[in-house]
Amino acid sequence: MHITKDLVAASATPLVLGILADGESYGYAILKQVNELSGGHLEWTDGLLYPLLHRLERLGHVESTWHSPPGERRRKYYRITDQGQAELAEHRRQWTAVVDALRGVWSSGPALRPIPTLA
Amino acid sequence: MTVESGNDLEAQIAEWRAYVHRRQELRQPDADELEDHLRGRIDDLVAAGLQPDEAFLIAVKRMGALDELSREFAREHSDRLWKQLVLSGDTTTPSGTRSRRDIAIMVAFAVAAAVAFKIPALFGLDWTKGDGDFYARNLGLFAFAPLTAYLAYRRRVSTKTIGVLAAVFVVGAVAVNAYPMKSDGQTLWLAAIHLPIVLLLAAGVAYTGGDWRNQQRRMDFIRFIGEGLIYYVLLALGGGVLVAFTGGTFAAIGLEAGPVLFTWVVPCGAMAAVVVAAWLVEAKQAVIENMAPVLTKVFTPLFTAALLALLVGIIWTSNGLQVEREVLILFDLLLVVILGLLLYAISARDSLAPPGIFDKLQLALVGTALIVDLVVLVTIIGRISEFGLTANKTAALGENLVLLANLGWAAWLLLRFIRRRNGFGALELWQTRYLGVFGVWAAVVVLAFPPIFNFA
Repeated sequence: MHITKDLVAASATPLVLGILADGESYGYAILKQVNELSGGHLEWTDGLLYPLLHRLERLGHVESTWHSPPGERRRKYYRITDQGQAELAEHRRQWTAVVDALRGVWSSGPALRPIPTLA
Repeated sequence: MTVESGNDLEAQIAEWRAYVHRRQELRQPDADELEDHLRGRIDDLVAAGLQPDEAFLIAVKRMGALDELSREFAREHSDRLWKQLVLSGDTTTPSGTRSRRDIAIMVAFAVAAAVAFKIPALFGLDWTKGDGDFYARNLGLFAFAPLTAYLAYRRRVSTKTIGVLAAVFVVGAVAVNAYPMKSDGQTLWLAAIHLPIVLLLAAGVAYTGGDWRNQQRRMDFIRFIGEGLIYYVLLALGGGVLVAFTGGTFAAIGLEAGPVLFTWVVPCGAMAAVVVAAWLVEAKQAVIENMAPVLTKVFTPLFTAALLALLVGIIWTSNGLQVEREVLILFDLLLVVILGLLLYAISARDSLAPPGIFDKLQLALVGTALIVDLVVLVTIIGRISEFGLTANKTAALGENLVLLANLGWAAWLLLRFIRRRNGFGALELWQTRYLGVFGVWAAVVVLAFPPIFNFA
């Protein structure tokens, strides 16, 4: 299944904030988690995660620090801020509304037949 | 075998790094971050059984095309893009011919600006003999119409935007010329001072290529004004030296060069220099790109010290301020300078950097300026309620309030930033959004003040 670019873009911010809400993390780990959570359906171009993270940082939704644990590579960790939590809650409200509406449409009775698949 | 392929991998990563480094949009920490990502991906792929060189290829591929990546980084960090020579227009032609064509276009607009300034002379208006009024009123038009046209041309703005910009200039021209304002009256001078502000913001719309709602483009425009001003001052200094030498040497051979210099060279040069300065900012950003921030860093502590001394003086002597109109205007100008210091510090700052000592210093500067200004404002309002309002007092008071609101909220955001309650972006956003307020206020003074105050 291919998810369209618009949907990927729209869901990127809440996904990243949601993952960071569980604790601080770094770019590659965030990407792996997105992949796992979506069962491999959400495919991001790896590099494009970073401009997004930088934007969230500039807006004050996340903070970053460089850690260099002994014996490992220096790595930039991101942590969600209070403002980011509020932003996430707002995203969540909006997505819940959208998902509820979609669910309503899809379970609303006889008019809906399974969409014929071509392949 | 494994050792060798391990070395190969390091060499490949080093090569990739060097490649990334050539991109000006990507800075050292970004490259580090991306490299960490690349290594993480490669480790996983190798753990899954791939050869290191295969893993490297896949990891690089998944990172995305570097062009696209740089573009996204540039979009997010437009301040970095600023350092490059990225001008709209085709990038396919060799840069040599492009820059030569750019210069030709710039010269054409500069010449047009110079010529336009002399057109009224054909109708008998001479700025050295009694028609100074006319030139004072229209100075903003002469200076910024060619600039706006030049920027609009460079950015290839849409026809609709051109229409709107043209309308702004026509309305401005009609207002300052058609209103029956008294020569030397207050409303005339206020309009002459405020019209350039409106027109400069119109030039800003052209600068953003019509995308004036984009806050980052607005911040670019603020940088543009700052650097443009520096270039203009440099050009003016050079021009002054040229005029002095020309005048002196012609006098030495017994020719009077004064009239030609002051009716032609100085005014035409001054107008053309606006376009030249704009071109210099666009084309030579790297040369003195750090000028505005350096000046800001030098003068922020000095202004803070001066203001603190003033505050101490007010308290020490408990002198009632000599509150005349001039004092209020002086303090307006002071606030403008403080705002300038703040703006250029903001525009040059890496918005991701954590709060530092300079941010605190800046808060001290803005805070002190606000306290001093409040003292002045309270006295002034007392005076006005005693003697009534004139156009000048109203304008000065309005300006003071507009600036006070800007700096007051900026100080609050700066304080929150230092306490890590909000990002630096909030401060940038406040300043870029506020540009519109300046425009509206200046437009009110130009368009509404003359009728309100009976064209006095």
